[in-house]
Amino acid sequence: MDIYLDHNATTPVLPQVAAAMADALARTANPSSVHRFGRLVRRSVDEAREAVAALAGVSAANVVFTSGGSEANNLAIRGFAERAFVSAVEHASVLDAVPDVYIIPVDGNGVVYLPAVREILAGLDGTVVVSVMLANNETGVIQPVAQIAEIAHAAGALFHCDAIQAVGKRPLNLCELGADLMSVSAHKLGGPQGIGALVVRDGLDPEPLIRGGGQERRRRAGTENVPGIVGFGVAAQHAQRAVIDYSVMLAGLRDDMERRLLAAAPDATIHGAGVERLANTSCIGLPGVSGEIQVMTLDLAGVAVSAGSACSSGKVTPSHVLSAMGLDDDAARSAVRVSLGAETKAEHIDRFVEVWSDMAQRRDTGADIRRSVA
Amino acid sequence: MTGAPTAIYLDHQATTPVDPRVLDAMLPWFSETFGNAHSEQHVWGRQAADAVDMAREHVARLIGAEAREIVFTSGATESNNLAIKGATRFALRHGRGRHIVTLASEHKCVLEACSAMEDEGAEVTVLSVDVDGLADVQAISEAIRDDTVLVTVMAVNNEIGVVQPLTEVGALCWERGVLFHTDAAQATGKIALDVDAMKIDLLSISGHKVYAPKGIGALYVRRRPRARLLAEISGGGQERGMRSGTLPVPLVVALGEAADVAAEGLALEGEKLAALRARMLTRLQDSLDGVFVNGSMEHRVPGNLNVGFNGVNAETLMADLPELAISTGSACTSASVEPSYVLKALGISDADAGASVRIGFGRFTTENEVDVAAEMIVRAVQEQRAGGSARAAE
Repeated sequence: MDIYLDHNATTPVLPQVAAAMADALARTANPSSVHRFGRLVRRSVDEAREAVAALAGVSAANVVFTSGGSEANNLAIRGFAERAFVSAVEHASVLDAVPDVYIIPVDGNGVVYLPAVREILAGLDGTVVVSVMLANNETGVIQPVAQIAEIAHAAGALFHCDAIQAVGKRPLNLCELGADLMSVSAHKLGGPQGIGALVVRDGLDPEPLIRGGGQERRRRAGTENVPGIVGFGVAAQHAQRAVIDYSVMLAGLRDDMERRLLAAAPDATIHGAGVERLANTSCIGLPGVSGEIQVMTLDLAGVAVSAGSACSSGKVTPSHVLSAMGLDDDAARSAVRVSLGAETKAEHIDRFVEVWSDMAQRRDTGADIRRSVA
Repeated sequence: MTGAPTAIYLDHQATTPVDPRVLDAMLPWFSETFGNAHSEQHVWGRQAADAVDMAREHVARLIGAEAREIVFTSGATESNNLAIKGATRFALRHGRGRHIVTLASEHKCVLEACSAMEDEGAEVTVLSVDVDGLADVQAISEAIRDDTVLVTVMAVNNEIGVVQPLTEVGALCWERGVLFHTDAAQATGKIALDVDAMKIDLLSISGHKVYAPKGIGALYVRRRPRARLLAEISGGGQERGMRSGTLPVPLVVALGEAADVAAEGLALEGEKLAALRARMLTRLQDSLDGVFVNGSMEHRVPGNLNVGFNGVNAETLMADLPELAISTGSACTSASVEPSYVLKALGISDADAGASVRIGFGRFTTENEVDVAAEMIVRAVQEQRAGGSARAAE
């Protein structure tokens, strides 16, 4: 049995999304073409835009489709300012969006320290973007986004929220978050890879990164990824209906899993456990065993988890998220991320707990950790 | 295409249908084997990464490149932006020049990327093309200066299908030590391209013009000598730092398969399309007076016909033919009522440009469709000329 517990990296496409995309892939036309063929395709793009807008609590005109979350994050920051203030636990696409970036520290749970935000933003001049994610991709920790937005606005800054890991996992609303800009991505919520969106509040227009045709109201050029957009729309509709049930179900599975892991290895740590987290994410530290060895051992036993985020998982540096939370290099290197999804079942968790517990036991007895569990 | 059996799609320069072989190759990657190609620590990720590697090989092979010279993007517009802005910004930052040479008939996104660079301190020379739509290599040579970074000349024009003298432009750029970028969105898989023989440093590819889906493209970036770029989308460092973001595995697989299919049938398909085009033109010319072709017929991609009818309003013609997908100008600018800037660049009058349509033939176009479409166009032109168009009076 192959068990996939890496949903924060990417999720399988939902069956209804795949069906809608297959339909869209069978229709040939460029949505910018004025002939009837083009207009039909245009309509399917408009419908999907409505659905994504509804999920974010905005109107269709506020949605700018992009090639994914990384592009949306780059556009949110570089499209408005040359200087950004971002939290230390942001995704690389936020940290690297502009060279002129100031880092806002976080506490031991990975939560942005509000007095630090006030201090850092005091006496700002010129246009800047403050960017803090809603939920962290490695730990699932939720940030006090509305409060940060208020401080940012008082300082005259724009506020961007990377909601890529949160969308579909908890209810979302641009206004309630107090954000001017918000990034979302389809493939984290059962939609396809290669499509995302930047949500912009009324009256804000980014300087485009990609220029050319007049698509996306001149905010992002290029022929629209029609099947991707259609798939995103269907995934968004589903997420809006399922989001509450999903988080209740997964929180139950996840909490039970964590209790069993801590029982098996009392010195293990659940990073960020002291604060509000996404219901599906668990970042588990096992002292003395590197995250890479853990992931490899679990992989041999047919369980897919990750050490850190997927885009940096080829690197051997310790997680910047855990380092920012004050962990030393050894501790930051010895964690794995387990992220559950809609199709995760109790028996999947049982198997993971079994393999992981065996690994912890081998550590204690000095046996070869990588020997796979039968 | 929903409904009406008479609907005929002859707008293959705007977008192409997804080839069934491409569709079959990509579909399993949505839900069966759906990993993140960057999660190489587990089997789901490794399978996805292997599929991406194979696709990269296929795309590279189509243009005579190495796999590691291919950067996947969201499409040709992004590729063109990355090539032009990325190379110019690198040069500006390192004091290695500030001048770009391009053509008046380039795609809108090339021209806009160039003008965006003017705002950042670059200078742009926009050269005119001749009455056939062809670039003057001598004029390019004269335009190149000591501080020229890049010459960007498209391989095949999107409106008139004219093929530019890539080998000559490439040799010139090589000799003068400037980068040569070509927007090959309309050329890849349609004509033979070889980045070494043509001395191309940067080449933009589009998926949906070559029977793969929308939302995927690629940029070829030469390694020896290395063409240096500043990234447009930064973050996770994917695509060797030139383009961050999770790779869309199904779309990448689709582009790889499309490249493979195109490479296999390149010569045969060209002959077939040329025959279809000749058939259309003959039927139009046999039945109508005042038919003229825009752009060179000799140096032209076989699937394109850009044809005008004296005294006819092309917009009205299209409106009179709702079951036929043809176009006036490129899709990106087709909502605009201005006459095509490409046709104007050839020196064609506003009246003639306004009387012209683009007819694009594709892999699955049949002789019967060409015959029916020709008949529809002939009748609509005749009716409009006789003042009988339902819409002509409006």
